[in-house]
Amino acid sequence: MIVMDETDITFFKDGLRLDGRRADQLRPVKIEVGVLARADGSCYIEMGGNKVIAAVYGPREVHPRHLQEVSRAIVRYRYNMASFSVEERKRPGPDRRSYELSKVSREALEPVILTSFFPRSVIDVFVEVLQADAGTRTAGINAAAVALADAGIPMKSMISSCAAGKVADTIVLDPMKEEDNFGQADLPIAMTPNGDITLIQMDGGLTTDEFHRAVEMAMKGARDIYEIQRQALLNKYCQLTEPGHVEAVVQ
Amino acid sequence: MDRKVVVPGDLLSEDAKRSGEGTYIRNGSVYSLLYGLANFRDKINVIPLAGKYVPGPGDNVIGVVKDITFSNWIVDINSPYDGLLHISEYPKRIESDDMSKHLRIGSSIMTRVKDVDPTMKVELTLNDRKLGQIKAGQVIEISHTRVPRLIGKGGSMISMLKKELNCNIFVGQNGRIWIHGGAEDMDLALKTITLIEREAHTNGLTDRVVSFLKTEKGARS
Repeated sequence: MIVMDETDITFFKDGLRLDGRRADQLRPVKIEVGVLARADGSCYIEMGGNKVIAAVYGPREVHPRHLQEVSRAIVRYRYNMASFSVEERKRPGPDRRSYELSKVSREALEPVILTSFFPRSVIDVFVEVLQADAGTRTAGINAAAVALADAGIPMKSMISSCAAGKVADTIVLDPMKEEDNFGQADLPIAMTPNGDITLIQMDGGLTTDEFHRAVEMAMKGARDIYEIQRQALLNKYCQLTEPGHVEAVVQ
Repeated sequence: MDRKVVVPGDLLSEDAKRSGEGTYIRNGSVYSLLYGLANFRDKINVIPLAGKYVPGPGDNVIGVVKDITFSNWIVDINSPYDGLLHISEYPKRIESDDMSKHLRIGSSIMTRVKDVDPTMKVELTLNDRKLGQIKAGQVIEISHTRVPRLIGKGGSMISMLKKELNCNIFVGQNGRIWIHGGAEDMDLALKTITLIEREAHTNGLTDRVVSFLKTEKGARS
């Protein structure tokens, strides 16, 4: 464990961050669709140092039965960190933090899912964090949204998620581990492409003005991520078309 | 008519009247609900690439009996919802005690969805000459989203297959397909249906299937 005092770390060098990014720049994002054969829909995402896999099962029968809703599908979301995902071994299994993240992530996705199409069923979303580097909940939500689309589940829109933070009195997009641990604030959001926010959390302190700037910045980041999500889904489709050597554009 | 790959939330049209299956309307515009192929005709329909089968009244499906209760057979129809086949929907009048003599756990049946209520109670029937227990042939499973392609426009693909393959074919809307014929014919049928499933989202499929059958048959003789 690295022990550092907040004061003896310089977050900016020549106007660039520790990893060479500008203040308003995302870490590189890579998305792969349909990586799991057993799941109905799946997605693997890398957001900087975060490596997250999401699997969607369902709609399927609800077990245990008493959770069943007569008029709609229920959504279950399990966020889990692998014991090897962080520097010091994480005790496996659910804890206070993962319960909370599961709940807020589920509530970030539920508004766009048309649960009324599948009464008495459940849509299970499993998110496994393989490697953590600050912003795992946003990576998890991004992966889960793509996996839901891949599973053919009707949704009003996609959900994209991104965080903004404050380090050394500067608002930055998509904080990495050092900035998250030793920064002044962290503000993850999730939203639809047209700007309806479905998740917003804040850790640390921001002035009203800083808050507005941070939300604005995170929303821009989420829009960029939306384009990557979309492209990943379109790419999967194009790969599917290859065996027949025919482009499905005009009939 | 043109087609396009879309993801949920994509704007499809500004004319609300064109909203078809797999779409929804918000503020007078049509958006996609699904990740799939959008067909732009008078109505815009989005055909999903994946998803679970949801039974609708009148669907022909293939099911497997998984339990027997006092007066119902509970049938797995490859869907989140089980089918219920009531004793009175069996073509013959039978006693409750004799139910397992006619359809046992594990029996496969070609059946039809009679009714689905809002709580997704699925009632099945066997009262049709086309329907009944499967006693010979084989059943294969494909994604139910590919079934419309297997049937073709107005049944063009399936009737061509039946003729060319010399097989009896029953297509379940739930993606289960029964084929019955000579061993070689069934092998070829299996190959052909796998081809259709793999290339369901491409154009000129029927032509490709015809030429595929021609070469396969040529290789055989």
